[in-house]
Amino acid sequence: MVDPREPAGSVGTVFPQVLHFSEPLPLSNGTVLGPYQLVYETYGTLNASKSNAILICHALSGTHHVAGHYAEDPRSVGWWDNMVGPGKPVDTRRFFVIGVNNLGGCHGSTGPASLDPVTASPHGARFPFLTVEDWVHAQARLADRLGIHVFAAVMGGSLGGMQALQWTLTFPERVRHALIIAAAPCLSAQNIGFNEVARQAITSDPHFHGGDYYAHGVIPERGLRLARMLGHITYLSDDAMMTKFGRELLGGTPHFSLDVEFEIESYLRYQGKKFSERFDANTYLIMTKALDYFDPARRTGGNLSRALSVAQAQFLVVSFTTDWRFSPARSREIVKGLLDNRISVTYAEIDSNQGHDAFLMENSDYFAVMRAYLERIARECCS
Amino acid sequence: MIRADHEMIAQGVALDSRVLDLGCDDGQLMAHLQRTRRASGYGIEIVPERVVAAIRHGVHVLQVNLEEGLSGFVDDSFDTVILSQTLQAMRHTEDILREMLRVGKEGIVTFPNFGYWRHRWQVLAGVMPKSADMPYEWYDTPNVHLCTLRDFEALCVRIGAQVIERRVMGASGRTVELLPNLLGSLAYYRIRARG
Repeated sequence: MVDPREPAGSVGTVFPQVLHFSEPLPLSNGTVLGPYQLVYETYGTLNASKSNAILICHALSGTHHVAGHYAEDPRSVGWWDNMVGPGKPVDTRRFFVIGVNNLGGCHGSTGPASLDPVTASPHGARFPFLTVEDWVHAQARLADRLGIHVFAAVMGGSLGGMQALQWTLTFPERVRHALIIAAAPCLSAQNIGFNEVARQAITSDPHFHGGDYYAHGVIPERGLRLARMLGHITYLSDDAMMTKFGRELLGGTPHFSLDVEFEIESYLRYQGKKFSERFDANTYLIMTKALDYFDPARRTGGNLSRALSVAQAQFLVVSFTTDWRFSPARSREIVKGLLDNRISVTYAEIDSNQGHDAFLMENSDYFAVMRAYLERIARECCS
Repeated sequence: MIRADHEMIAQGVALDSRVLDLGCDDGQLMAHLQRTRRASGYGIEIVPERVVAAIRHGVHVLQVNLEEGLSGFVDDSFDTVILSQTLQAMRHTEDILREMLRVGKEGIVTFPNFGYWRHRWQVLAGVMPKSADMPYEWYDTPNVHLCTLRDFEALCVRIGAQVIERRVMGASGRTVELLPNLLGSLAYYRIRARG
């Protein structure tokens, strides 16, 4: 029920839940992980036939907290609150929505900062590198425990979109629709290059201690800040950055010093600092490596069309014109692979000046597409 | 309400066909074909509002620019490729017709006949023609390549397209047999690559 005191369209007060998994999870790197736990949130109600579930996969720095806010802090609004809620494109009056923090994360699911039950100290550098496929397997186990065999939709932006795509390949019969937003079929060399600079920033921080900084009571804060600053530059378009920050000198005239003089410097420092206070450096390394490794066509000799041939879902692919991190051309590669297999796909290329970040922002064309497509899913799946 | 030209197009689409509708507008034609001909396939549309409308009509639509060709599609991947009242608004007229015949076994093209007597009459009277099928003022029309039946057939010869079927409708929506290039306001052609 929606509390009438809540702002219109909000799922209201939410709370995270935790599930423990005792059976170890086999990983892509050949090892197993477990026992482990996953933290997740749900919004809306699962219908009797369990046909109205939507899984939302998060991107690099996202969490299970997709929508609503926590009772103790009204400002703790979920990262996709504009998309998910009663009357919103992902309408929680019709859909049962799940947000889950991925393994390797730092917001409650088992990750490098979690205690290793054997040594009673954080996993740190011993925590395995994971792949998108590993996450999909873990998410499937969560779905099993919640009694959901088939998702009406699996969706996400950026790295989240890659998980949605992987779902259709790993569990083709368990996904009716995949909504893949601002994603790519794999990273380009340039993308991997950016990730590598970010990782070097972290690992070369003297506080990194080979990944076991927890024991030293420090965090590689400077490295994490730099990694995030670099990331932010790639999430915005040149235009959006210029419009937002310009190049006015804060003091009016040059200081001829290393002080913050331009608005963009102030913004990046602020974003870097904020991020370093809430995010674990090892998690950042794991997430960026998972991005780098993602490449469903690897198994088919680089042929994406053949890799996608197993998919049974219907697809919505969305890209944004000024996204240069995962450009529209990359989304069109996914579309092409689906078309080659005569798979049902809708593709929208949204005019936006917000760069890669556009997938998180309200934009009338974007939201109209999402709303229309999700209404169609609701008609099909939520009887 | 099904548009008369949509019904005519549907009659040219075999049951269970793979269909590509170029410039699918709000998706009504494609939805009609899905419903009545059990067709599957895609619409292509560039205007955001129309993309949304097509999604609402249950059509899988691809927001790509037709002027850039159909490179996303392999040869012969559709039974029928439709270009419904879109030809006259295309810049690369010849290219899109060639592309249609590459990716589809057959093409269906409909367009307003510039040679329709009311159009000719208006030109004679000294004004640019307007009609139900060409409702625009000369200064805000999206149409850049208007043609007559004879013009279109000459282009078909030029690009190696064979006309399988031609139907011409008058303003009333009835089929015109007599003097079609004069009495027909809307032309319908089913074409294929000359084998």
